[in-house]
Amino acid sequence: MTSSTRKSVYFQGVRDAAPFILVIIPFSTLFGVLATEAGLSVFETLAFSVVVIAGAAQFTALQLMQENVPTAIVLISALAVNLRMAMYSASLTPYLGAAPLWQRALCAYLTVDQSYVVSVSKFEREPQMTVPERVRYFLGVVTPIVPLWYGFTLVGALLGAQIPESWALDFAIPITFLAMIAPMFRTMAHVVAALVAVMVALLAAGVPYSLGLIIAGVAGMMAGAQTELWMERRGMRT
Amino acid sequence: MTDDIATGTLWTVIILLGLGSFGLRFMFTGLVGDRAMPDWLLRHLRYTAVAILPALVAPQVLWPVATDGAFDIPRVTAAVVTLGVGLVTKNVLTAIISGAVTLYGLLYLLG
Repeated sequence: MTSSTRKSVYFQGVRDAAPFILVIIPFSTLFGVLATEAGLSVFETLAFSVVVIAGAAQFTALQLMQENVPTAIVLISALAVNLRMAMYSASLTPYLGAAPLWQRALCAYLTVDQSYVVSVSKFEREPQMTVPERVRYFLGVVTPIVPLWYGFTLVGALLGAQIPESWALDFAIPITFLAMIAPMFRTMAHVVAALVAVMVALLAAGVPYSLGLIIAGVAGMMAGAQTELWMERRGMRT
Repeated sequence: MTDDIATGTLWTVIILLGLGSFGLRFMFTGLVGDRAMPDWLLRHLRYTAVAILPALVAPQVLWPVATDGAFDIPRVTAAVVTLGVGLVTKNVLTAIISGAVTLYGLLYLLG
């Protein structure tokens, strides 16, 4: 492969992830602000974001630590929020499994909702991509996301409590996720998977340790897989 | 809430949560590698994103933490607009901006 196509696959990833800059900035700033409000130093706050690199789990852990919940429970709850990363890992395996171990480890560390969704959508659309191209694309996708996650955690920690609640930064993530989901409804099976997942998520909202999310996700995946089989049997296009 | 968080507790959580999160992210790409996975499993995994993300978002839309779980017209409307614009345009950036404009517009008008 020539070096110009190498670059272009990488930059395609950068370009496809660029819209998330709008959301990563407020969300990571918010984490920085809340962490310093909870009494973490600037260094501790930044270390949290660099080591864990998972927004929802970080917010969960922070909140539970403030409530003086036992450490084991803090860890279990935050890891439960992150259980979906294991599902992302499984879903990426057919595409990245043949890459060298260090590249798989690097991609694993850099797996967040945005990098997973953008990459897996691309890999599904373009099955002819080679494994090195997929890795380069993945690294392109994380380029506008992860450094900003670190950087604006730091900015938020330095700003401290100067962001008013009326800015409604809490809603940055639901809006991004909805915008990410919308282009993914390619077949009826995708629509059924999402609808079942939403219904189960709402019914299971009271399940402790955020396990309702995993139950809902598995239910949605089963619904999608069954719909796909049903459509195949009917000879419908999937 | 809040007593200050003890430094020892904090670093325990940061390090173990970091290791645990990496373990989850590496579980399959690391251990399975390029061995083939069965068809039934792949069929389920195709729906991972489209099941997990809506399940994650739905309770946050209907019962936002910021309003202590009270149904909030600006947030629900913003969610509907984001999804609708996303479905029509297939463009993530347009959808995000439409949602943000709706949210701030309604928070301003109704606030």
